[in-house]
Amino acid sequence: MATTDKEVKELIKREYEHGFVTEIESDTFEPGLNEDVIRRLSELKQEPEFMLEWRLKAYRRWLEMDEPEWAHVDFPKVDYNAISYYSAPKKKEDMPQSLDEVDPELLRTYEKLGIPLHERAKLAGVAVDAVFDSVSVATTFKEPLEKAGVIFCPISEAVQKYPELVKKYLGSVVPAGDNYFAALNSAVFSDGSFVYIPKGVRCPMELSTYFRINAANTGQFERTLIIAEEGSYVSYLEGCTAPMRDENQLHAAVVELVILDDAQIKYSTVQNWYPGDENGKGGIYNFVTKRAACIGKNAKVSWTQVETGSAITWKYPSCVLRGENSVGEFYSVALTHNFQQADTGTKMIHLGKNTKSTIISKGISAGRSSNAYRGLVKFGPGADGARNFTQCDSLLIGDRCGAHTFPYIESKNKSAIVEHEATTSKVSDEQMFLCRQRGIDPEQAVSMIVNGFCKEVFKELPMEFAVEAGKLLEVSLEGSVG
Amino acid sequence: MLSIKNLHASVEGKEILKGINLEIKAGEVHAIMGPNGSGKSTLSQVLAGNEAFEITGGEVTLNGDNLLDLPTEERAREGIFLAFQYPVEIPGVSNLQFLRTAVNAMRKHRGEEEMNAAEFMKLAKEVSKQVDLDPAFLKRGVNEGFSGGEKKRNEIMQALLLQPKLAILDETDSGLDIDALQVVSNGVNALRAEDRAILMVTHYQRLLNHIVPDYVHVLAGGKIVKSGGRELALELEERGYGWLGIKDEDTSN
Repeated sequence: MATTDKEVKELIKREYEHGFVTEIESDTFEPGLNEDVIRRLSELKQEPEFMLEWRLKAYRRWLEMDEPEWAHVDFPKVDYNAISYYSAPKKKEDMPQSLDEVDPELLRTYEKLGIPLHERAKLAGVAVDAVFDSVSVATTFKEPLEKAGVIFCPISEAVQKYPELVKKYLGSVVPAGDNYFAALNSAVFSDGSFVYIPKGVRCPMELSTYFRINAANTGQFERTLIIAEEGSYVSYLEGCTAPMRDENQLHAAVVELVILDDAQIKYSTVQNWYPGDENGKGGIYNFVTKRAACIGKNAKVSWTQVETGSAITWKYPSCVLRGENSVGEFYSVALTHNFQQADTGTKMIHLGKNTKSTIISKGISAGRSSNAYRGLVKFGPGADGARNFTQCDSLLIGDRCGAHTFPYIESKNKSAIVEHEATTSKVSDEQMFLCRQRGIDPEQAVSMIVNGFCKEVFKELPMEFAVEAGKLLEVSLEGSVG
Repeated sequence: MLSIKNLHASVEGKEILKGINLEIKAGEVHAIMGPNGSGKSTLSQVLAGNEAFEITGGEVTLNGDNLLDLPTEERAREGIFLAFQYPVEIPGVSNLQFLRTAVNAMRKHRGEEEMNAAEFMKLAKEVSKQVDLDPAFLKRGVNEGFSGGEKKRNEIMQALLLQPKLAILDETDSGLDIDALQVVSNGVNALRAEDRAILMVTHYQRLLNHIVPDYVHVLAGGKIVKSGGRELALELEERGYGWLGIKDEDTSN
């Protein structure tokens, strides 16, 4: 029946919402990577000597490593010498001292992105660190945080102001030689966020970082380090966007979380990097290493991610559960459409006694996309009484997409308990007919059904993020009904 | 209101409806009876616009406008409602959210303002009482874990909320015990109105004791073979379909 073809075509034509380019003067390095580039970068950031040494060591490791090929993704080789490793908005004079001094053009960019940076930030009670290309532009709410003893600043600033903390923890969770992209990041990371929550402090507000890639042919390599001291708590939100460009752009980030006795970190991500067009042209390569170390007793970490963007996603937020009774959680929604490819999941490494982990993964595939869940649950010899629960659901929209599940379980402890549940379902014609018979648009019906499918994960997100995530799914699914 | 002329429809190449003619006026209640496989459910699905069926001939108009050109959701917005025989589950989507989305889609179509969550909650609670459904059902997933009877009551509740011009009830009585049948029938009777038509598809006469139709039609082999008043249903109950020259191993009761 000739139904909503016209509507659907119009929807398909609707463009990626965050696809604008900001006209801004920037200082950008010539493409290419060698030791001199790293020295220049380090010098530009006025880094102490130890940092430069650390970078160079990572770079030399990276040179000896090979790009991983085991992921269920397919893409042409990246030419690492065609990428520029540093781009910063040109400063009118020096670094801006307050929001008023930030380039208005830049602020408008953030406004377009719906970032609550200015007054809105205060209303929302969110402290934002915004990373634009390679540098951190503005951090709001410094004062109330300082009062609580919380440090929330660009990592480049932390390297200068808190070198002891950085020296102690940087690379302690994700060592420079951990993997190919982590090594590259360690060599060239340009900025990112640093958070330190002192002993017994409950961070008075949610902390938030927005990342945006603007400049062409630029890689973004941000590095985030969060340290939660004994008995502390912090909820951290991260959002990402990038303009539409025909060429692929590389994003290789590293996030390290350190959690001590009785502390908790809740880390939420809404990733909406440019996914490429409907023919699979352009888009971000999102190769990210995220890992949390529950060092202390009763430490707890929750990763919640909503992944709708990027041409290719390669990401496994992981938990190393070393402390006794420590808890790791991973809640994930990964949606792929058109020609997007995602290989994402988690690693739960149980080392301590009575450690517990939960994995809830919801994969949604539409168009011709490919969506893989890859998860490792590992029990070391000392993980007496440890347990894991994994639930892994896939939802297919249409008949040209793929969903794959690669669960790995390794146990060196007989007392460990693993439960694994997996389902694959389709948005059925009957469900669609029911919705449409009640007057609901096909597009809206799909989005409602998908939102229902993701409910268990969305309820883990902070309120305002949950709303954003729901809307994002709606936008990302446009054109998926044919 | 609804005019069906020489309607032919097939599924997977097999012709099910072989020339249906039917006129339904506002305010009327029509019952379609017939043995299994006669095409009763197909007729309901085709009228509602299920794309699994192919229309191979004939025409259907609603208040003079061609219905068959409209996609399912537009037919719904023009006032066609189908109470499903087997309502499907939509896990994770609350009944409340589903119903509000539907009601607001209709309101938007009529150029009315959408209802906010609080307004809708109030309305939905009232309507749920009409079919004896605990308002707690509103928070559960659409048809998720509902019993057969709860699903049917949920369908009638939706009809009451959406206030259609033409309500098609597909075997709404199947699988109901006598108490539930009474509740559902009360709901359907509450739907009866001068500006609304009801088309009931049923295998059993007993529903018609509760919802008394103005007209009864017998569908067999994809055609209406006999039409009459209320008395036709009683005669069918007494004599089966055999006297009409219809074979059916599973007749009236």
